[in-house]
Amino acid sequence: MTSSLSQTSIPSKSPVLDLWIRTLGRRSLWLITALGFAFIYIPIFILVIYSFNLSRTSGLWTGFTTDWYTSLWQGATSQSPDITNTLIWDALRNSLIVGSISTFFATTLGTMLAIALERFKFRGKALLEALVFLPIIIPEITMGISLLVFFSLTFQLIQNLTGIRLVLGLPTVIIGHITFNISFVVVTVRARLGEIDPSLEEAALDLGANEWKTLQKIILPLIAPSIFSAGLLAFTLSLDDFVITFFTNGVGSTTLPIFVYGMIRLSITPAINAISTLMLIASLGLVISSMSLQQTTSQK
Amino acid sequence: MLKRLLTYVSLFLFTVVLAIACVANPSSTTNSSVISPTPQAKTLNLYNWTTYIDPEVIKQFEQKFGAKIKYDTFESNESLYAKIKAGNPGYDIIVPSDYMVKIMVADKLVEALNLTNIPNRKNLSLRFQNLTYDPNNQHSIPYQWGTQGIGYNIKATGGEIDSWAEMFDPKYKGRVAFLDDMRASLGVILIYKGFSLNSTNKDEINQAKDALITNRDNILAFHPDTGQDLLAQGQVDIVSEYSGDIFQLMAKNPDIRYVIPKEGTIFWTDNLVIPKGAPNKELAEQFINFILEPEIGAKNSNFIKYASPNQAALDKGLIDPTILKNPSIYPSPEVFTKLKPLEDVGDATKLYDEAWTEVKVSMGK
Amino acid sequence: MTIATRKQATLGAVLIPATAWLVIFFIVPLLILLTYSFLERGTYGGVTWKFTWENYQRLANPLFLGVMGRSIWLGILTTVICLLVGYPMAYFIATAPPRWRNALLLLVIIPFWTNFLVRTYAWMIILRQQGLINVALQSIQIIDKPLELLFTPLAVVIGLVYGYLPFMILPLYATIEKFNFSLVEAAQDLGANDLRSLIRVIIPLTMRGIIAGSLLVFIPSVGAFITPDILGGAKTLMIGNVIETQFLKTRHWPFGSALSMLLMAVVLIPVMIYFRSTTEEARS
Repeated sequence: MTSSLSQTSIPSKSPVLDLWIRTLGRRSLWLITALGFAFIYIPIFILVIYSFNLSRTSGLWTGFTTDWYTSLWQGATSQSPDITNTLIWDALRNSLIVGSISTFFATTLGTMLAIALERFKFRGKALLEALVFLPIIIPEITMGISLLVFFSLTFQLIQNLTGIRLVLGLPTVIIGHITFNISFVVVTVRARLGEIDPSLEEAALDLGANEWKTLQKIILPLIAPSIFSAGLLAFTLSLDDFVITFFTNGVGSTTLPIFVYGMIRLSITPAINAISTLMLIASLGLVISSMSLQQTTSQK
Repeated sequence: MLKRLLTYVSLFLFTVVLAIACVANPSSTTNSSVISPTPQAKTLNLYNWTTYIDPEVIKQFEQKFGAKIKYDTFESNESLYAKIKAGNPGYDIIVPSDYMVKIMVADKLVEALNLTNIPNRKNLSLRFQNLTYDPNNQHSIPYQWGTQGIGYNIKATGGEIDSWAEMFDPKYKGRVAFLDDMRASLGVILIYKGFSLNSTNKDEINQAKDALITNRDNILAFHPDTGQDLLAQGQVDIVSEYSGDIFQLMAKNPDIRYVIPKEGTIFWTDNLVIPKGAPNKELAEQFINFILEPEIGAKNSNFIKYASPNQAALDKGLIDPTILKNPSIYPSPEVFTKLKPLEDVGDATKLYDEAWTEVKVSMGK
Repeated sequence: MTIATRKQATLGAVLIPATAWLVIFFIVPLLILLTYSFLERGTYGGVTWKFTWENYQRLANPLFLGVMGRSIWLGILTTVICLLVGYPMAYFIATAPPRWRNALLLLVIIPFWTNFLVRTYAWMIILRQQGLINVALQSIQIIDKPLELLFTPLAVVIGLVYGYLPFMILPLYATIEKFNFSLVEAAQDLGANDLRSLIRVIIPLTMRGIIAGSLLVFIPSVGAFITPDILGGAKTLMIGNVIETQFLKTRHWPFGSALSMLLMAVVLIPVMIYFRSTTEEARS
């Protein structure tokens, strides 16, 4: 997008100043963005570099080695005898499962809620608006403990009523993640939904389309970018969540953050850098392949 | 129509909350063992600190007993407590520290051990067969133990040091780090000042607090158990840390030393415990017995590099000699008299909490 | 069916599932903790079912209120910095050629799929006495003694900004991308220069994104506790640390609950006021 110098109507009062502001503006935009990306990626470069660190304890560079990577597949080596590689991969797998399922449901439920709040009037709406913010406002540990107690009491109740004993596990973790993610999705989607002209939908309805069609053909395409952003946000929050996951997990549902936090006591080894680097490469690969896919489809 | 729907929904919810409130009261949550789930065919669910066991040991157990071990991790005693108190989600073995064992036993969260299933108990050093927090191993078997002393860089201190007073010496301005744990750090200062580690006396606690506040310029950071990294990177000269962490550093850096100060310090023990509601209690006891075998115990301690409570392993010379000779890991009996375990102080924890908050708030002023 | 009844059914369909979910899995647990805040601490942790006001009375301690105040200040600082950096970045991405947009957005977010602790440790490597910044500045001789960057409130803010920048960029991107740039051209036809168009046109019309991003950054950063512990050397006490201590170290769940309620109230009220004012503005 470039807004061209207009040649119609009122000429600008100070064309030179304008030109100056425009070039400066565009340059600073570039500069700030570049600096911003540098800010985001410099720690990542360090993370990647240190995955080759000989020293077991993070932070002091003592030499180069690829042992941490090989340890992820081969189990204990002399350099990194304390990596139980099955555990790391199990943890990663759990994180991805929880991440994808909770993102899917949170994005769906959240988008629906955003539409309801933005497009409809109903009793108790103000209350609901406040309610939606609470999961963002509540300290994570408070939410974690509240879920722990809630599940504990509910499982007790169910056991007393039916004799079936439920326990914490991946399902409860997923429930916890969906719960906090819904609010983030709602806030992100509403930001854009509010800008969309409701007369478009009214026009569609007048022309005989039912609500569902309007949703499909008009609303959803218009808010697609914000649904995408919201989904990304939710997935990110889920992947990195520690506190809420800890209080809702059970046997066999250790996720990667939980595994890593437990390492603090004995030292976080570069194996975690290694697996993070691999995740980075995998996601970058996804980005590149999706971009080239887009190119080929747009060339048709 | 919507109004009716909303009314029904709120009525339903009200009933649910009421029902939960009626059925549940705190004491009953701990009796979740009333109906234990059917034991799964030969799986052992272990809840431990991360990388706190030799993977080889796990493999050997799995082969010997034809069982599969599931391993989940936690990162602090209190988090462990919160999870187990809310109802054991199915763990067979948990690994709490000394003071937490006592709390969990008192809170009825732990099974009594059937010691006839654990004959290898005799391999434990006598000291570890009768600790103050669990006489006669009724509920716990010590797993690893260690001390919390001073790790330091001898080049910076100019010689050996032997007292907690060094941490307050102004020549180390900005070069000291304490553990970010209110009991651990206020505790060692209490010991330094000649008080009990588990004091509930507000005056004594405040003296410990004041020591930290007056000397706050010395403190670069409160570390979450990364003191050895700070030392290694040269960011501090003196740090209060756990024995095994410093020991691992000493293996690579000859300038690093560890000392148990002459005033004494905290000694901690991590223990194998079976929580109530464990689905495979017998297998758990077999696991504990297995860990107590001298070869296995030694293998494990040599891997983790903390001290082993297994006397048989020590006697048979199975412990790695570099670890064994090191008085910071295996202190002499005289030093042992100055080592004290941490204990829960109940409501007095509030005093520590407020003192600690004051210390933190005063930093950087 | 008339349009009115159609709308009712649709409303039910979009509203009920999410609301029910939130009520069951959020409100009910929260109510449980609210109840806890009026109970006494159990002997070892948990609660004893005896009613008391003492948890709320303890809140009146200037110690805790001071920590709360400082947390809010750090939260505001973090939000402002995120806005200053995030808005141009979101603008850049939103106005980039369409096929680059998703990729750029992903590039912003992918680093945050690595482990949080390891990223924070990377910052320690950058900020410490012999870290990247100090070594670089000393080698080109801008300074001769290393700067004290790590274990300071500055390090905490850097860590918070780093952790929450994507939360600012994503909602902003969503709003700016929708923005109708022909409005800018129209404004310029009427004689506005770029700065004016920015202030009078672009910013107000992307205000919803700005507010959304600001809330998503401000609120979590006030309650942060891991970053102040690691990057701040646990010397910059924030309210998140205090609450965490209550639930874990001190095992005083009722007081922890009371503190949480206070924090939520303090943060919720300005949020709601803001919300009310913007909706009223929009209506008028």
